[in-house]
Amino acid sequence: MSEQTLFKVTVDNITIEVPAGTTILQAARQIGGAVAPPAMCYYSKLEGSGGKCRTCLVEVSKGSEKDPRPMPKLVASCRTTVMDGMEVKNITSEKVIDARAAVVEFLLLNHPLDCPICDQAGECHLQDLSFEHGKAGTRYEFQRRTFKKHDLGKHIQLHMTRCILCYRCVFTADQLTNKREHGILDRGDHAEIATHIEKSLDNEFIGNVIDVCPVGALTDKTFRFKNRVWFLKPMDAHRNCPTCSGRVTLWNRGDEVFRVTARKDEWGEIEDTLEGKPGWICNTCRFEKKNTNDWIIEGPRAISRQSVIAQGHYAGNIGTTLPTETFKAVNDGRAPHLLMDIHNESEVNLPSVRLSETDGPSHGNTFNNNSTNA
Amino acid sequence: MGVKLLLEKANVPGIRTYDVYRREGGYATAEKALKEMSIEAIVEEVKKSGLRGRGGAGFPAGMKWSFIAKPEGVPRHLVCNADESEPGTFKDRYLMEFLPHLLIEGLLISSYALGSNDTYIYIRGEYAWVADILEEAIVEATKNGWLGKNILGNGFDCMVHVHRGAGAYICGEETALIESLEGKRGNPRIKPPFPAIQGLWMRPTVVNNVETLAAVVPIIKMGGEEYAKIGVGRSTGTKLISACGNINKPGVYEIDMTISVEDFIYSDEYCGGIAGGKKLKACIPGGSSVPILPANLLLKTAKGETRYMNYESLSDGGFATGSMMGSGGFIVLDEDQCIVKNTLTLARFYRHESCGQCSPCREGTGWMEKILQKIELGKGESSDIDLLWDIQRKIEGNTICPLGDAAAWPVAAAIRHFRDEFEWHINNRELSQTSNFGLQHYADPIHVPA
Repeated sequence: MSEQTLFKVTVDNITIEVPAGTTILQAARQIGGAVAPPAMCYYSKLEGSGGKCRTCLVEVSKGSEKDPRPMPKLVASCRTTVMDGMEVKNITSEKVIDARAAVVEFLLLNHPLDCPICDQAGECHLQDLSFEHGKAGTRYEFQRRTFKKHDLGKHIQLHMTRCILCYRCVFTADQLTNKREHGILDRGDHAEIATHIEKSLDNEFIGNVIDVCPVGALTDKTFRFKNRVWFLKPMDAHRNCPTCSGRVTLWNRGDEVFRVTARKDEWGEIEDTLEGKPGWICNTCRFEKKNTNDWIIEGPRAISRQSVIAQGHYAGNIGTTLPTETFKAVNDGRAPHLLMDIHNESEVNLPSVRLSETDGPSHGNTFNNNSTNA
Repeated sequence: MGVKLLLEKANVPGIRTYDVYRREGGYATAEKALKEMSIEAIVEEVKKSGLRGRGGAGFPAGMKWSFIAKPEGVPRHLVCNADESEPGTFKDRYLMEFLPHLLIEGLLISSYALGSNDTYIYIRGEYAWVADILEEAIVEATKNGWLGKNILGNGFDCMVHVHRGAGAYICGEETALIESLEGKRGNPRIKPPFPAIQGLWMRPTVVNNVETLAAVVPIIKMGGEEYAKIGVGRSTGTKLISACGNINKPGVYEIDMTISVEDFIYSDEYCGGIAGGKKLKACIPGGSSVPILPANLLLKTAKGETRYMNYESLSDGGFATGSMMGSGGFIVLDEDQCIVKNTLTLARFYRHESCGQCSPCREGTGWMEKILQKIELGKGESSDIDLLWDIQRKIEGNTICPLGDAAAWPVAAAIRHFRDEFEWHINNRELSQTSNFGLQHYADPIHVPA
């Protein structure tokens, strides 16, 4: 790799060197933190994805060392490759902040905001995005577009009303399966993800569309309405699977496996396997192995403290430490209203209850008695 | 009478057939190009002519041709964009319907210059009968040795294929057109890479408008320098204008771009004045997506100078007080037209035609339409105007392709120049349902700062 050309790129006044051909977004992710633009449609493991949602727009204030002219428009950082000496403004640019707030508003126009009943709540990219870049209210006063729910086969439900048309699931089916059976029908604000006509998606790897979906449009029917993600404890586990890598995250409560997903990194993308390939998992692992005995458990999965999932009250015997700060404290004094409302109002959310210390699966009674553990 | 280069022979009876076209001197230019000229010489003539793309953006055609990548062993393609769907524009239809062989001759010369052995005409689906005419003309041209293998013994092979689109406006955008031609959903691609590097089937491709390619024939015939003498400044040659709206003589006119807007509207040679003896209120001078101008700013620039029908003069003053030449769809509105309703019609069109790929355009166009609908139905509030302005500002420039801009500009221009008409609609909710704001001050001479 040493002979590879390195380009110097400056994002928000932080300079790093990246190989030629790297996109601005990937360079910014290498710097990390708030410098990395949000991405709703881009998915580094899917070829051709990105450029659509416009949340990752950045300002290029200097094109390159050779041609220092700034780019006239904001560019999609996920699809623009860096040039040597390029200077990029992300959160330091008023224009970008303004455009990003606009994109959030556009994305939420027709979004149902049904987070309280949505399975994705707590790990939803749109929630994170609107929390970080959006406004509290909406200026939209018209009826939102709605669709009927569709079952795409035995295990996946499509709730098109929530979809932001990122095309990730289309690319996934294109690149992972032999025959894509779903796609975008119609156009404009009435465009929809659909199968033609009412076909079921039947492929051993089609379950991955659930993992790539940034919102709650594609959900796991074996998990729907079973639990909130922040009540579950994610555990890394693996099994010897003949079709896929078998490296997964189990979402447990007590001894019960509520759902199985692929392992996701801090950008919400599938982690690589040990061989360096994307760690997509098969439907058997995802939907059928819901028993702790099926898996070799590696240990608890580290979850960012900023995530509401980290609020799950488990500590002690599995080696994690209970966070001492409140959610507000780690988020600069801001509380995510909707989520925290659910969190505070819900009677099953007693801080005194330690899920990891209950025997077997936890049920309503565990919480109502309020006496199991101190 | 102005100079006519394209439509000179349009009225000759039977010009649609090969025999008459050939008798009238057709294909002589192609013969000259293929027998006597080198590829470089043809490109050089087109560059010298200063011909600008006639599809709307006005990008110099010769420069576009010179960008095409020429990797070894990779076929190149020329695609003729006949997906003319801009509301108000119908010049290409006229050209293809009456002079199909002129287009084919232009395609042949251009294909030779670009090295395209398979050239495509992507025609909008609604032009079904025009596609039939073109196919017939291609058969005739092939029979007479102007298309096919080893044309004129030159060793150059060229075949022209007509591809019918399915009627989507977005497929007029060059990368969406290429996607559609490949058999995929007509979504615009994210650029770069540009079609000149990776276009049709990832091969170097040039996409040109029908009129641009037809104009190659007179350019080669008379020489680029001679062609550049017609017109004014960087607006060289002739331009087809499709005039429509409240005028006495709607139709397609060929102008040499030295004529003033006032002459174009009122002279008998062209539009023949406003229909019914009414007064001019506003005009969209270059197809639905360019900014609308009130009568006073249309005829004179903000500096008080006469406005001419050419690229520079129409865009004089930028978007604040000017507009664009666009595709040449000249839509005239008289004093009885309601700008709010007109803007709503355009907004509805863009909502309907947005491909839905990127969020600002997908969601924003629908939002703008709903707000305009509300104002039009007499339910508007004064905050709606500022909201509309804010939405268009947030769509413009933030989308993948120019459709977002095209949807934002008409709304922006309508508010910029006709804000009081919008306010009147909002303040006179009931009155606005039965009567019209009228001409008001829109034709008054503008105050020119000394």
